[in-house]
Amino acid sequence: MSENSFRKIADESIQPQEFKFSKLNLDKAVNIKKNYPSNYPESSIMPLLMLAQAQNNGWVPKKAIEYIANFLKVPEIKVLEIATFYTMYNLSPIGNYHIEVCTTTPCMLRGSDEIVKACKKKIGINIGEVSEDKKFSLNRVECLGACVNAPVIKINENYFEDLDPHSFDKLIENLAKGKELKIGPQIKRKGSEPMKG
Amino acid sequence: MIKKTNIIFSNLYGSENPYITSAIKRGDWVNTKKILKNGKQKIIDIIKESGLRGRGGAGFATGMKWDFMPKEVKKQHYLVINADEGEPGTCKDRDIIRNEPHKLIEGCLLSSYAVGATKCYIYIRGEFYNESLILQKAINEAYKKKFLGKNIFGLNIDFDLYLHLGSGAYVCGEETALIESLEGKKGQPRLKPPFPANVGLFGKPTTVNNVETIAVVPTILRKGSKWFLDIGNKNNSGSKIFCISGHVNKPCNVEEELGVPLKYLIQKYAGDVIGGWSNLLAVIPGGSSVPLLPKSKCENVLMDFDSLKNAGSALGTGGIIVINKQTDILSSIARLSEFYHHESCGQCTPCREGTGWIMRMMRKLVDNKCTIEEVNLLEEVTKQIEGHTICALGDAAAWPIQGLLKNFKSEIINRISSKKKNVA
Repeated sequence: MSENSFRKIADESIQPQEFKFSKLNLDKAVNIKKNYPSNYPESSIMPLLMLAQAQNNGWVPKKAIEYIANFLKVPEIKVLEIATFYTMYNLSPIGNYHIEVCTTTPCMLRGSDEIVKACKKKIGINIGEVSEDKKFSLNRVECLGACVNAPVIKINENYFEDLDPHSFDKLIENLAKGKELKIGPQIKRKGSEPMKG
Repeated sequence: MIKKTNIIFSNLYGSENPYITSAIKRGDWVNTKKILKNGKQKIIDIIKESGLRGRGGAGFATGMKWDFMPKEVKKQHYLVINADEGEPGTCKDRDIIRNEPHKLIEGCLLSSYAVGATKCYIYIRGEFYNESLILQKAINEAYKKKFLGKNIFGLNIDFDLYLHLGSGAYVCGEETALIESLEGKKGQPRLKPPFPANVGLFGKPTTVNNVETIAVVPTILRKGSKWFLDIGNKNNSGSKIFCISGHVNKPCNVEEELGVPLKYLIQKYAGDVIGGWSNLLAVIPGGSSVPLLPKSKCENVLMDFDSLKNAGSALGTGGIIVINKQTDILSSIARLSEFYHHESCGQCTPCREGTGWIMRMMRKLVDNKCTIEEVNLLEEVTKQIEGHTICALGDAAAWPIQGLLKNFKSEIINRISSKKKNVA
């Protein structure tokens, strides 16, 4: 909602002057285009924006929107429209670790508010902010679709599930130390099976 | 209770490897050639006879949906799989994708063949990135085994399967919004008619099915329609994955027969309500869009399409959200109103404006700043939204409020009047 600043197009002063796909991503982009009929170049906009976002440290600069429009030979507005409609495109910089806390009712019932609080306390940032060292950013998101493992957070592309404030703190500490993290449930279970005992 | 031998998703929890060698051991890709050889109409007939109803929420008969597709294939036909799972309370398709991907892939082949489609897109929500990697790897395996691609099993059948990742829009779970999204547009639902079976993806005949629906197709075709009919209740055949979340001791996913009692599900698999069954306040039985059931109705209600409809709710996706007595029910439902406001695509005025209005009114209600007249107005507004929008998102925003007011109105009114007394 309004508190979320990653969806606002970043200020001119931090917009990069140019953008183009790396060689690897260019190959990927050419292959992505082949997945759709040639008279529907717009179908590639979504995957190409994701590719651009991944290449540009997790956010889509204006130049990338322009680049993709040229690459697909579609009007720029069509790409901008997609970039602003879908919530997974960040239009301003995020931290190295982008923490997204699910707070929809199933997570809320299992204590996601405590996780948001713990996050603010541990990292010292509010929702929609990036920490000073640019290491962390925090966002509140709608249902992540892992409700039986609530509360759930997503850090970059990985889910961390069955959290409580204690395991969350530990997770952030390990992240800050650069330790390898256990993806998925943070309690003794593999997936969505009922806990033993 | 479901017999162990009738369980379709034996690897639901990922205790075994998801990939092809293990999948074949579990029975996937066995006799696929024979099933294809029986012909398109035979596949549709078996699915029709089995009584399979869509597992994505609406519960429409799958075989009948397939029958809407033109029989003569004059243009490209498409099958599109809806893996944009995002209904709060629902997380079943994620388990199928990451632990049983080959059931889905084989289902895509067989179902596409039935509707005359040689191309199929799986639209998976972008947040399921790791799951999409597993699915892509499984698709690559199937291509390598020549289960997908050109001239499959030497039967002169060509079939290509593509993954398309969404980027965060709940509304894309609506089939025409999903089609729009695949065409590279904003996910805004289309007016029907024309229906996707006539004018769908890229303007061509298209069927859109849920992941779970398609993933059970191969097993039904192998074991027969009678086998499936014998599981579950009349007109509600087969098994279903239920997701039990919220205030239970052991939240989990579980496959059970349709028509299993709600109380049994919660007590047997999810370790009962936190604080015991007597501590239950209400259950949202089919994902956040359906009206809640108060405890009194949870005692005996059966979990199938018709029973839940009769009880004043719906089976929806099978996402069961359990709420106990320590909860403020108003904030729980108010949070859902926030969700629908956030996810409204903005196309239809009643939904765009109504979801915001409902959200603000619900916040007011949570803060106990509403008058009784406003509570009545809230109810009235939900009825103005319901049925007046292109897609069901408007309905989905209205129903939780209606369910709340239907079952908790006296509590709400008591709360408002006791506040008045305190002020006086």
